[in-house]
Amino acid sequence: MIFEPEYECMPRAELAQLQLERLQATLTRVARNVPLYRARFEAAGIDPDEFRSLDDVKRLPFTTKADIRDNYPYGLFAVPLREVVRLQASSGTTGKPTVVGYTKNDVKRWARMAARLLAAGGVTKDDLVQVALTYGLFTGGFGFHYGAETLGASVIPASSGGTKRQIMIMQDYRTTVLICTPSYALNLADTMDEMGVNANSLSLRWGLFGAESWSEGMRQEIESRLKLTATDNYGISEVMGPGVAGECLEKNGLHVNEDHFLLEVVHPASGEAVAPGEVGELVLTSLTKEAFPVIRFRTGDLTRLLPGVCPCGRTLARIGRLLGRTDDMLIIRGVNVFPSQVEAILTEVEGVQPHYLIVVDRGPDHLDTATVQVEADPRLFVDDRVGAQEEIIRRLQKRLSSELGVSFAVKLVEPKSLTRSEGKARRVVDKRSI
Amino acid sequence: MLVVTNLDVFYGRIHAVRRASLHVGKGEIVALIGGNGAGKTTILSTVSGLIRPREGSLTFDGHDLGRTRPEKVVRLGLSHVPEGRRIFKPMSVGDNLLLGAFHRAKFGRRALLDQDLDAVYALFPKLAERRAQAAGTLSGGEQQMLAIGRALMARPRMLLLDEPGMGLAPNIMSEIFRHIRALRDEMALTVLLVEQNAKQALRIADRGYVLETGRIILQGPAEELTENRDVQRAYLGREQDGQA
Repeated sequence: MIFEPEYECMPRAELAQLQLERLQATLTRVARNVPLYRARFEAAGIDPDEFRSLDDVKRLPFTTKADIRDNYPYGLFAVPLREVVRLQASSGTTGKPTVVGYTKNDVKRWARMAARLLAAGGVTKDDLVQVALTYGLFTGGFGFHYGAETLGASVIPASSGGTKRQIMIMQDYRTTVLICTPSYALNLADTMDEMGVNANSLSLRWGLFGAESWSEGMRQEIESRLKLTATDNYGISEVMGPGVAGECLEKNGLHVNEDHFLLEVVHPASGEAVAPGEVGELVLTSLTKEAFPVIRFRTGDLTRLLPGVCPCGRTLARIGRLLGRTDDMLIIRGVNVFPSQVEAILTEVEGVQPHYLIVVDRGPDHLDTATVQVEADPRLFVDDRVGAQEEIIRRLQKRLSSELGVSFAVKLVEPKSLTRSEGKARRVVDKRSI
Repeated sequence: MLVVTNLDVFYGRIHAVRRASLHVGKGEIVALIGGNGAGKTTILSTVSGLIRPREGSLTFDGHDLGRTRPEKVVRLGLSHVPEGRRIFKPMSVGDNLLLGAFHRAKFGRRALLDQDLDAVYALFPKLAERRAQAAGTLSGGEQQMLAIGRALMARPRMLLLDEPGMGLAPNIMSEIFRHIRALRDEMALTVLLVEQNAKQALRIADRGYVLETGRIILQGPAEELTENRDVQRAYLGREQDGQA
């Protein structure tokens, strides 16, 4: 189902006109109300009234996470605090949290955008939606909560954690939709195995997963173990929270809510637009936010713009699966490596689970060393099957070095020996910087 | 249906409208709100060809309006109901209405125009009662109905309404606004409405644009603008919290 077809399926020319009108009003407003933007525009000799095309946005300076932190907590608000009805903060994946405010209109709009994602992922008003994301300053829980209510579904605000209780709720309440991080979905599947709960006995049909990058292999594992259709979604606390972009049931890229956000994909180093379809950093400009507008915000998330038209009928552009964060990028012996690339390989090799930790260190010879610790199938630890273990290590090392261009040591660890996350998974330990 | 992009309009050296972009979709009621001299009427007059823009593009159903003469604009299906009604007071109500179809008047067409007259009378029964009366003897609300009726005689697809509520008592104003809504709901007309009474306008509009000193500073669905504190303070006459 398409929640707001009048916007989601809008002809591109009409969408461009709408975006232009909204961008022009946004720029006029931030120049009036937000000192940072006013000063930046003046310094760059930019007259916000002189913006005549969407392309003009390229002339504007970027806004970074550091800008938001420097103006902590309320410096970038475009309305007085009395008009703010909600405050949320970033989950602090990297560094100190940042505070974001929402007016009454912002909260309503956010709910409708989250409702679009839920509808795109198969959810209807008849569903029971278990939101197993943290409720609190983190935007995840509330974002989907209000989205599901706006759609008319029944919301179970389970929040995160208490894995056995989550499973009990799923069984007893007959939950049909699960919303959590992909790593937590696998954690739930593991716990269900331990408890002897068969996923077929549950009522789950749809799952919306986000807040961390995950691979196609992980999707397949989640789908087959939890017996649901899994879709990916994207949001970022500094910009709004969940609801920025989400997959439809084609499962081929995330539709960006372009009537509310202008998107660009830029080269992380130069800031120049990458060629269409190439990987770069996602940059977002809000078009409708009242309390906390953002102009050319560097999300730090890596993705690419997908070409072509989606058969689902939505005309909103799609971005590819999020490949990681610019600051997750590891430079190992001069080679750029993303944890998501390692994960993709792990999910394709038999005998290991997609639970892993990458440890990067500097050896006595001052060269970088990289080790992947990965949980192996329990069968491999029965009867000391050393030969089979060695075979898997050899295969993994070969694929990692040939596909990523840098050699990794591989260490098989016992199942469930790596720490499980209930929110965002920690995948990298970089000892070089310690 | 109507798309305006980056419109700049000058009166001599006065920059009356600055880079305004707006659109009106088929079947929509869109309100332009803002204080006196914000540029609302200027935008309407530019759309109907009475004023020429310095820059910017105006298209109506794909037709470029930028260089189109006003009478041609009417033929394209855009009728303007000007501020202050501008009816011909000594003439009868019926004749005023017929003037709206001036460009359609041809020998042998009278039956068609009579049909249209009947349609307007059906819509505004008060005008029917007074069809032979001089227009100047009508009340303010009736004169507004007459001005709208006259515009309808051109068989427009879209109406440009300039301050239809001006100078009317609140209950009369509500009646006029109900009529405007009915024009859209029952006759599938598209409406671009300029109004100082933001509250009334946003009540019937689907979307709105807020103008301030020639610039569009806000836009959005009517219910969002109604909730916006800036709009409330400036145009909806609501006092700030705690100071009421």
